[in-house]
Amino acid sequence: MSARPTTLTAYRWELRKLAAQKRTYIGVGAAALLPTLFVIVMAFQKGGPYDVPLGHNLRHTGIALALVVLTFASRFGAQLVTALVAGDIVATEDAGGTLKMILTRSLRRSQVLAGKTLASFTYVLTLLLALLAAGLIAGGIAWGFNPVVDLTGRTLSSGRSIGLAFAAVGVFAVPLVSIASFGIFLSVVTRNSAAAIVGTLVYELFMEAVVGLVHVQWLHHYLLSAQFDAWHGLFQTPVYWPPIERAAWVSALFALVPLALAFWFFNRRDVAGD
Amino acid sequence: MLPVQARGLVKAYGRIRAVDHVDLTVDAGDIYGFLGPNGAGKTTAMRMMLGLLRPDGGEVRLFGRDPQHELPAALDGVAGFVETPHFYPYLTGRKNLELLAAFDGGGAATRVARVLETVGLQGRAGDRVGGYSQGMRQRLGLAASLLRDPKLLVLDEPTNGLDPGGIRDMRDLIRDLAAQGMTIFLSSHLLQEVEELCTRVSVIREGRIVYEGTLAELHASRAPRYRLRTNDQSAARVVLAADEAVHDLADEDGELVFAADEAAVLALTRRLVECGLGIAALVPETATLEHLFFELTEGTEHPHRLEPVA
Repeated sequence: MSARPTTLTAYRWELRKLAAQKRTYIGVGAAALLPTLFVIVMAFQKGGPYDVPLGHNLRHTGIALALVVLTFASRFGAQLVTALVAGDIVATEDAGGTLKMILTRSLRRSQVLAGKTLASFTYVLTLLLALLAAGLIAGGIAWGFNPVVDLTGRTLSSGRSIGLAFAAVGVFAVPLVSIASFGIFLSVVTRNSAAAIVGTLVYELFMEAVVGLVHVQWLHHYLLSAQFDAWHGLFQTPVYWPPIERAAWVSALFALVPLALAFWFFNRRDVAGD
Repeated sequence: MLPVQARGLVKAYGRIRAVDHVDLTVDAGDIYGFLGPNGAGKTTAMRMMLGLLRPDGGEVRLFGRDPQHELPAALDGVAGFVETPHFYPYLTGRKNLELLAAFDGGGAATRVARVLETVGLQGRAGDRVGGYSQGMRQRLGLAASLLRDPKLLVLDEPTNGLDPGGIRDMRDLIRDLAAQGMTIFLSSHLLQEVEELCTRVSVIREGRIVYEGTLAELHASRAPRYRLRTNDQSAARVVLAADEAVHDLADEDGELVFAADEAAVLALTRRLVECGLGIAALVPETATLEHLFFELTEGTEHPHRLEPVA
């Protein structure tokens, strides 16, 4: 058969499959609803989470809203949604019997898995962007697009603040991609969505537990949980790059090892059962 | 290049050998029936053929290529499904085929409409597969296979879940495809289907091939049997029992049933008449495929093992 399909073919169809499923939109809708609910709750009370990073900007500008919500999301919610997406992406096709259908076509197994991996990363990023967009709209309507006072007390222009908010979401996504990679690894190995999702959450909780129980400060910097705060460096003047650089390479390590194992296993494993 | 050539294929799960040194040879143009009771190892062997399972021993080659080491190239010109074909229930039939066509590359995408028409699903192609009956999924499975424009079509119980009209259409379609030069490898429980469609068969029992050859050879491999009714069955029994050319003598429903070749039967009729016996009926009994199948899969011996055709 001439003109072999590519990884891009697999990726494009994975996105189309996601676009054809209701639960995809439920996830995006839930991510968008979070900052909206936050604004509604704030409207009915006087106080607020002013002590979290950029929290002091609430009620002054809507630009910081999504980033404050992100801080709360980083405690558990973002990991949960990531585990739900990544843990399911291969195992659900195993259980549904469609895996054996697509693995007898002209794509290599590694291309199929690469397409799935890229699609799950894309979905995670889409959720974060939905959260940011909804946060900007809801926050903008409630408090306007006024300048943001950063973590070093400097005032940033509205335009720069919005730009930094998008960059912050990008930095936040990096450790989340590592969590997704572990979820994909478990999805391939366990062939069971529930086991892969729960396993991914346990993995994240284990790292949180290490931070809480093991009082070795340097170790905390090299666990994934610490990397979720790396974006704070963007809201300092001048930008403080070391935590962002560390987030990049620590997350890369935490992503590459499970992904390498997932690809190795997926290329060799038997595909059996209905 | 042979469409399928398996040699010494082994797959074990713990201490159980699901497939035990299986040899299969499918020639170009065959409609090859793969027969065996449930759990005999048919599906496991077919999965190894399509590269879904890794054998623990032996090898299978499709048109000379090994699906264990040369995927996806080894599946060029090969298509099919094992067990019930599965699709994405939230996509329409057409979208499922478009996805698989994209995964096939080449000109597969241009064949979507044609294969839908071939299997008679063009009217329901816009509906989600989640609402399809099993028979419709079966037909969509065949359509998905035909997208690849295969030279070898591997089908696992292709008429499963179809109504009588669907079964007839599917069999006609298989015959048409074979007439166009496609080699068909199909597993089936339905002996009538195999007898109707297949030119060659293999029978698998407990992971081992107990017969491989043409249906005619299978029938011929068994000594001809006859049913005899005379005016004195006891006396006739004595005559038959004394004849060394007569085998497997038994009483069934008031008749004597025995195996013997044609020359022995001619001599026997003369002897019966010489003994003063009147012959009311002497009827050659043709073994049905069902009878042979049960002999091969439930009997204690494997007497009909033939050497695979090289």
